[in-house]
Amino acid sequence: METVNNPVKKVLIIMSKATLESVYAGFILANGARMEGIESEIFFTFFGLEAVQKKKLNDLHVATVGNPAMHMPTMLGGLPGMEALATKMMKSKIEKLDIPPIDEFIEILSASGVKLWACKLAIEMFDLKNEDLIDELDGILTVGDFYQRAAGENTQIIFI
Amino acid sequence: MEKMYAGKTVSVDHEGYLTNVSDWTPEIAAEIGKEEGIEITPRHYEVLAYLQEQFKKDVALSIRSVGKSGVVDIKELYELFPKGPLKISSRMAGIPKPKSCI
Repeated sequence: METVNNPVKKVLIIMSKATLESVYAGFILANGARMEGIESEIFFTFFGLEAVQKKKLNDLHVATVGNPAMHMPTMLGGLPGMEALATKMMKSKIEKLDIPPIDEFIEILSASGVKLWACKLAIEMFDLKNEDLIDELDGILTVGDFYQRAAGENTQIIFI
Repeated sequence: MEKMYAGKTVSVDHEGYLTNVSDWTPEIAAEIGKEEGIEITPRHYEVLAYLQEQFKKDVALSIRSVGKSGVVDIKELYELFPKGPLKISSRMAGIPKPKSCI
């Protein structure tokens, strides 16, 4: 084993969901990598694309249904207003911890050198136009393009 | 642990951060910078001075807060300290390793 000095060099995060908690998880991992001098990139696909759509990114919600860690009965989680309530609670907690809101977080990631990519197939599936997407986006990639970006030693791919 | 920087013996922790901020001198910052592969410039010193000031005020550092300081923006912070904008800058400033995740 020569793992003594073999640090991770690059982290690629696949963001396939757009619940508030999963987007924050992905953003914090990407930002944290840069803070350690590790290259990082995020590939937004399927519903994850909501996080890079100008009109939607500040309106992401916490999932209250199908989430056992919410510790509430599933039927209750489906009641009107429950998602909004859980989201409001999480956002206020996040602000107290000095974690930026989604739009500001995207600016921070971009300034930190995190590459932000959108998935070509998902863009076509949802009929999205360039003007729907954030200005910080570095481009639109196919899956093949994305794997090419994983080339090199000690790259990790994380699926969220 | 003790270490010799710029002809002065100072106490450091196991990760090389000074244990007494009062030991800090600009020469020590330059030598720690060399260890981290950074050639120190007046811009580095301006950022280090800001970090030390925040430390004295007992303010926890984050990339976000430093970026909003008006002293340096996030892009330049990464250009100055590419391998660790908060970690390496804190070490060069003689203050403890930041505990923030963001």
